[in-house]
Amino acid sequence: MCTLEKRGRIFVLTLTGDGEHRLDADLISSLRSALATVRSSPSSSAKGGGGAALVTVAEGRFFSNGFDLAWANAAGSFSAARARLGSLVTLFAPVVADFFSLPMPTIAAVTGHAAAAGLLLALSHDYVLMRGDRGVLYMSELNLGLTFPPYFMAVMREKITYPRALRDVALRASKIAAKEAKERGIVDRVCGGAAETVEEAMRLGEELAAKNWDGGVYASIRMSTFPEICRAVGLVEESDEQKQNKVVSKL
Amino acid sequence: MCTLEKRGHVYVLTLTGSGEHRLNPTLLTSIRSHLARIRSDTASDPNRPAALVTAAEGKFFSNGFDLAWAYSASTSAADRRRMTELHRRLVADLVSLPMPTVAAVTGHASAAGVILALSHDYLLMRADRGFLYMSEMDIGLKISMVDYFDKVLCAKIRDAGTRRDVLLRAAKMMAREGVRRGLVDRAVEGGVERVVEEAVKLAEEMAMRGWNGEVYKKVRLATMPEVWKVIGEEEGEVAQSKL
Repeated sequence: MCTLEKRGRIFVLTLTGDGEHRLDADLISSLRSALATVRSSPSSSAKGGGGAALVTVAEGRFFSNGFDLAWANAAGSFSAARARLGSLVTLFAPVVADFFSLPMPTIAAVTGHAAAAGLLLALSHDYVLMRGDRGVLYMSELNLGLTFPPYFMAVMREKITYPRALRDVALRASKIAAKEAKERGIVDRVCGGAAETVEEAMRLGEELAAKNWDGGVYASIRMSTFPEICRAVGLVEESDEQKQNKVVSKL
Repeated sequence: MCTLEKRGHVYVLTLTGSGEHRLNPTLLTSIRSHLARIRSDTASDPNRPAALVTAAEGKFFSNGFDLAWAYSASTSAADRRRMTELHRRLVADLVSLPMPTVAAVTGHASAAGVILALSHDYLLMRADRGFLYMSEMDIGLKISMVDYFDKVLCAKIRDAGTRRDVLLRAAKMMAREGVRRGLVDRAVEGGVERVVEEAVKLAEEMAMRGWNGEVYKKVRLATMPEVWKVIGEEEGEVAQSKL
């Protein structure tokens, strides 16, 4: 499933086991409770505690291969399968909301293939580091004859801004390896193998945590940067007054 | 005017003749009726492989609206509005076409001609001749941007510097610069026929991917919601222009 540990100032969220880390109801629920723990921990509060950061890693060959389609398709009928898939889409939106409102910098160490909802999970982080030797990013929806849920589209549009990169990801179902992903602005850094990727992600996490940023302010700025995504996943934008208060409290 | 042929699974729409392929109501209507043909051809089976290539003969892809006609004595303001409205509907036809689309920019493209090219999913351009050029600044305020022009440009050009150069600097952009700046997919060496060949090859490749046309169209529209919001209406004079 997934585990959460703290190494120094870094929360490390690990998708465990050798499988595809398919996002089913259990894993999604596991992610939500891990993120709730992170959020409620004293070091992430806005009360002037030390800075923190979150790094998400995965064991095995996959970062995540997306929703559990096998479970959806086992429903027996086409419409029942669609309903099951729809339920996973609905369940996953709050995970995206949790990431975008998390009061600390977030880093995805993409240590294997990231497809569909698995790619969305990676894109929900502020920084994406990817192993250079193996693994691809892939939105499979077009190949499966599926359109994207609106919040998927919002994340892709606001995180993949080169129009032709967005076209290739969404409208060409391209499988993109790390080097090309970096050139096209989808990932921040290409690392060596899985271990190096995790190491670099941890180092970046330390660097960002050491800035001692106020978590509440960080989350607020992040949400202002991605208003469409926030709207799509039901994150209410703060009023100007609430934003003002965050400024005033620091002055 | 323009012709429609089929090469393999690819519909090839060609703006014919050695002229500038100026977009006047006659040519716009002709192109639209070919697209309507394609649409009705493929309506019965959205899973059938299909793709579109739009190409042109001669030195020009399209040099934009037919300004000579638009400002001639016999042309009224209503006529001019009809021309921009037909262009708007052509852009809507293209971005809602249920198949991959490739523009084979075989020569110069200006203003409304650039918008025509950018309304396709893929843009291949002749490497050694021809440029993309939003001419509006240079020709002064007689013509200004039609409302949806900037929506299309903004959807396809996200880099601030490139937007500035294309819109505010009236830059003339050749193929390789277009590739570097993210407007053009590929600069193709050789003449008009080579560009069309490469475009058809890419289109055939895309057609054979087995995508459902209706799903493809929905995904495309979802990548450019601002454009569709402005051009997607059936009725009415959404295209506010100063023509």
